Amino acid sequence: MEIVLNDGNFEEEVLNSELPVLVDFWAEWCAPCKMVAPAIEEISRKYAGRLKVGKLNVDKSPLTSAKYGIQSIPTFIIFKNGKVVGQAAGAMPRETLEAKIGEILNE
Amino acid sequence: MSEYDVIIIGGGPAGLTAALYTARAGLKTLLLEKIAPGGQAAFAWTIENYPGFPEGIGGPELMERIHKQAEKYGLEIKSGEVVKVNLSSENKCSKREWEKIINTEKEEYKTTALIVATGTRPRKLEVPGEERLIGKGVSYCATCDGPLFKNRKVVVAGGGNTAVKEALFLSKFAEKITLIHRRDKLRAGKISEERAVSNPKIEFLWKSVVTEILGETEVKGVKVRNLDTGKDLTLEVKGVFVHVGSVPNSRFLKGVVEMDKEGFIITDENMETSVKGIYACGDVRKKLLRQVVTACGEGATAGFVAGQYVREWKDKTKR
Repeated sequence: MEIVLNDGNFEEEVLNSELPVLVDFWAEWCAPCKMVAPAIEEISRKYAGRLKVGKLNVDKSPLTSAKYGIQSIPTFIIFKNGKVVGQAAGAMPRETLEAKIGEILNE
Repeated sequence: MSEYDVIIIGGGPAGLTAALYTARAGLKTLLLEKIAPGGQAAFAWTIENYPGFPEGIGGPELMERIHKQAEKYGLEIKSGEVVKVNLSSENKCSKREWEKIINTEKEEYKTTALIVATGTRPRKLEVPGEERLIGKGVSYCATCDGPLFKNRKVVVAGGGNTAVKEALFLSKFAEKITLIHRRDKLRAGKISEERAVSNPKIEFLWKSVVTEILGETEVKGVKVRNLDTGKDLTLEVKGVFVHVGSVPNSRFLKGVVEMDKEGFIITDENMETSVKGIYACGDVRKKLLRQVVTACGEGATAGFVAGQYVREWKDKTKR
């Protein structure tokens, strides 16, 4: 299951997380975000215990969105030990996203 | 290797309608889609010229309905990007003449009929700064990213139907939109043009092109050249929306079926390509009008004709 992220819990859930975290920046009105939503859900199940997956609604969390300069959604950012280690924007096939996750988890 | 009567590549309006027809005709149908069904139509905020919806209908909603309708008749959908199509006719064995082998990166499928409905993708400007700033202010979809540019200044590059519609959509959010077009008038539908011209937030730079996008980690501005005077000017903007046409997603079929020099697939009036049993429909096809309604019509024809082809094959191999 993905966790719901917001300006309030971002530091605790993402920056202080022991596991790497994949954050999906999205919004209600964004069609490509909806297209990739099932893939993100699948990833959260498949990588459970190895990767935390969170969704952050950019409309509800403007501070965090601004901090990471989100200007296109969906944007996916992978955090490890509080640092950005991977970033990609736009709807993409699950395999492409998994390839990036694989690279980072194997490090 | 899984075998199908019909494989459809692409889950936009053309592919889903083709699937609706083949699945309803009882043919074993697989639809391969790169990301998720919907296609570019799912990115349209509203579609006002699809018959039957006098108030207009949202792109995502219309596509969701068509998707559901096709699945109701037993359509199977898998995700995967097709990288190669092989005709097995070089093996002279008579049955094989009818088979096509479809490869995604991970899997291989066998089919009798193939329907190509892969659509197009936005053409890039191909100017310095564009590649570096994609997702950092450079966007090819205003309905996807527009609301993130609330009270900011943006430009739209292009003057066709999509460019004008996207500029109108952006006017709900952005402080000011400058539409930069290489010609001296728009090439959009009359209603959209009138709305754009009378919109106080939209300004026009005619006979001009974007020559560079400025900014290191985010868009700071654009350089624009006037094609008449040759003079350059710089606009300070946060967003650049590029709508300068589209490129067909047909590379995986190069050398297999006939295409025009841009890569649009050439078919006859029954949607059949230069190869028997391979059909093309929707935006990827060489044609005049690229709309949801034409894509659906062509999808229906392709699905119907593919069905006839499959039945012909079944009759022959029975003999």
